[in-house]
Amino acid sequence: MKPFDYVEIRVPAKPQYVSVARLTISGLANRVGFTYDEIEDLKIAASEAITNAVQHAYSEEEDGEVVIGCALYEEKMEIMVADHGKSFNFEETKAQVGPYNESEEISFLREGGLGLYLIETLMDEVKVHQQEGVTVFMTKHVGIEQVDGNVKHISS
Amino acid sequence: MNISVELHQTDLLTVNGIIKGEIDAFTAPTLREKLAEIDLKENLQVIIDLTDVSYMDSTGLGVFVGFYKSINASNSHMELIGLSSRLKRLFDITGLGEIMDIQASSGEVKIDETV
Repeated sequence: MKPFDYVEIRVPAKPQYVSVARLTISGLANRVGFTYDEIEDLKIAASEAITNAVQHAYSEEEDGEVVIGCALYEEKMEIMVADHGKSFNFEETKAQVGPYNESEEISFLREGGLGLYLIETLMDEVKVHQQEGVTVFMTKHVGIEQVDGNVKHISS
Repeated sequence: MNISVELHQTDLLTVNGIIKGEIDAFTAPTLREKLAEIDLKENLQVIIDLTDVSYMDSTGLGVFVGFYKSINASNSHMELIGLSSRLKRLFDITGLGEIMDIQASSGEVKIDETV
């Protein structure tokens, strides 16, 4: 059995579908068991990556698609956003993405200014892969910031 | 999901704005156009109520940064009011909270329905 459930979302590379993908991710994050604040963080981070992909695809061709792969684990969620419209083998692509450094030419991600910064701030781990398009890979763990808040009291 | 932007000129030097809905890549251009309709002039106070903004990301921040620049260039003033703790946080982690005049909502944290 795979250690995670995988859900892939494909939307036209148009701004009106960013909120559709966001709502789906919100639902999936709720399934994993994230808190309200964590889900809001995930929604923003995912939207930033999808918005980047949409704007990038927009400048290239009109009828592109954005592919969003979500891996749902027991206590974390991995989201991969690709702007080239092709389905990917999640594990294979995941192995290809690596950490980036500030000097790399991912300037397009910084064009909007704050997008990548927000992804970095709101997610636990971010990787970017640039080959026939751009893939952003990000991870968020359940309750990594508020461990105490997740302690359940058996008796009350 | 959509956005609504209402602007009321209450007196010569005051414009009240009310934004409702979600500010993202799709709705941000609408917001930008609406704000651009404001006739900025010296000492104009633009007060924008964000109480009913349920979602915002960097596209929304970008609109406010752009508008803030126009505001400064025209010697007018912008105040953002009614921010939920989520929205306040977004301005704070990007450092914009220290630059702009921002008032968080006084009430309790608003919990939106999450799917």
